[in-house]
Amino acid sequence: MNNQYVTPAVYKKWSWGLMIAGLLTLVLGVVFLHPTAGAHGDNVNSTRFWAVLLQNGLFWLFLVNTATFFLVICILAMAGWQTAFRRVAEAVSSMVPLMGILALVIIASIILGHRSDIYPWLDQNRVNHDAILKGKSGFLNPTFYTIATLLCIGLWSLVSKKLRDLSRQADEGGHMDYDTAKGWMKKNIWWASFFILLFGLTVGSIIPWLWIMSIDSHWYSTMFSWYVFGSTFVSGMALLTLFVIYFKNQGVLEFVTTEHIHDLGKFMFAFSVFWTYLWFDQFMLIWYGNIPDETVYFQSRFHGAYEGIFYLNLVLNFICPFLIFMKRAAKRNYTIVTFMALLIVFGHWIDFYLMVMPGTVGNHPHLSWYEFGIPLGFVGFIMWGVSRFAERVPMVSVNDPFLKESIVHHT
Amino acid sequence: MRKKFVVGCFEDEKVLFPAVKNVRKEGYKIHDIYTPFPVHGLDHAMGLRETSIHTVGFIFGLTGTSIAVGGMGWIFTTDWPLNIGGKPHFPLPAFIPITFELTVLLSAISMVYTFCWLCQLMPGVKKHHFHPRATDDLMVMVIECTAKSNEGEIQNFLQSNGAIEISVQEAEAGWWYGRYDKEQKLYRAEELGY
Repeated sequence: MNNQYVTPAVYKKWSWGLMIAGLLTLVLGVVFLHPTAGAHGDNVNSTRFWAVLLQNGLFWLFLVNTATFFLVICILAMAGWQTAFRRVAEAVSSMVPLMGILALVIIASIILGHRSDIYPWLDQNRVNHDAILKGKSGFLNPTFYTIATLLCIGLWSLVSKKLRDLSRQADEGGHMDYDTAKGWMKKNIWWASFFILLFGLTVGSIIPWLWIMSIDSHWYSTMFSWYVFGSTFVSGMALLTLFVIYFKNQGVLEFVTTEHIHDLGKFMFAFSVFWTYLWFDQFMLIWYGNIPDETVYFQSRFHGAYEGIFYLNLVLNFICPFLIFMKRAAKRNYTIVTFMALLIVFGHWIDFYLMVMPGTVGNHPHLSWYEFGIPLGFVGFIMWGVSRFAERVPMVSVNDPFLKESIVHHT
Repeated sequence: MRKKFVVGCFEDEKVLFPAVKNVRKEGYKIHDIYTPFPVHGLDHAMGLRETSIHTVGFIFGLTGTSIAVGGMGWIFTTDWPLNIGGKPHFPLPAFIPITFELTVLLSAISMVYTFCWLCQLMPGVKKHHFHPRATDDLMVMVIECTAKSNEGEIQNFLQSNGAIEISVQEAEAGWWYGRYDKEQKLYRAEELGY
């Protein structure tokens, strides 16, 4: 059984090439977009520089963290079908600390630079004269923001590392007997339970409020965290599927069959609908209530400069997955699944664009070299990190007690 | 229509799968296989076509969507326009929950009824049980006797393929209201005398 992944030269070339393209865009951004000018929104290009970095840093961090979440829900549900490609999910989750550091650097620059064009609550003067911001200042203040962010990223990294280590432990001892396997599963379940609690308190509640919703700091929606969760879960599954198909094509995932791809396709299909459900819930209640405090969020997205992207978002993330993925044959076709996974990742990247941009750059949205150049760097970075992890470990966890269940998996 | 069947019972799906393959290779016609639990892959082994139930679900779902949107649209724009909080007469976002519900309702109900139709089930329909243990722990393969097949031969064949119990039964095969134990009177020789 071919269990050892060797990164092909062309893959390395692409991952480094994309990273260099991203860095080059960043350098050009530093030169042309004046990142240090106008922290109070008097320079649109300066705001754009930080808004795009924030959008991408958070989006890709959420995406790789979804791989940990996927591992965790599989452990807690005692699922076995994913064991054949469990290592791929681990490889993606191994990017959490690195992406976390990147996101931290971006966030720290925004906080330390007092970018009130990104987060209006960073401007103390403004907070003092604004009743709404003043009322929220117990929650929206740099200290709480920093502590929550550090704790969140630190614990995500810690638990995902712990889960990867446990999985690596299984490689060493040979086939497990009943008691060893039971003990091993117990440890897995302990850490997974801890992570699910952590996930509920971070992605499920405060972290999207702090990181993204506080950009539109007068506005609030209790649905928002779930909406972000839906968005990042479906696109994270799409990213995972892309890597599963890639490693399958490299011949290192012997036990992955069309059945597994079919189930990943079901995940993407079902959670595209789930995302739409949450998106629409948030939209309809605000539209129907028609209260100015709430409609302000959609006013800037529904009409004006973002109108096209607003509808594109729905087409990419709901109509396309719903209609194309509906047939069973589509979910079992590698080409269609790959195409749809790319489309979903792009669609939710657009969704994040729509969350971040109207509150920061306002009526001057750009979608040009800088907006498309920065994510290339992130994609290259993830590609590099995943292959780096995959080279170091056997790609099939042969002693996992659930491996047989995965081999005979049938939808 | 009453038909004659050879019924072979298997205790293990590991024996059943090769038997199904051999039976099909031999050219015997499998009427159906009754199992106490869903056996994965048996439909493929039997060579059954993909079910059409999802197509039905889609078509009826679409019907539900059009009934909901069309119905509400017609009522609120043409038949009885009302001013509800200054909203437009055709407020699509407000219609979506009802559209969604009706889509789900119609596709779900239609799929249940289609399932019953495909399985030839209805209230009042009596189905013949080939073996009572098919609902407990036996996998019951029913082979239809055709004009060409020899039932003794089929019995021997099933025996050699690991069936633990074999019987020959005559049963109603299709839709049927009423009871099976009501034997149809056959035309007897002694009735010839008028």
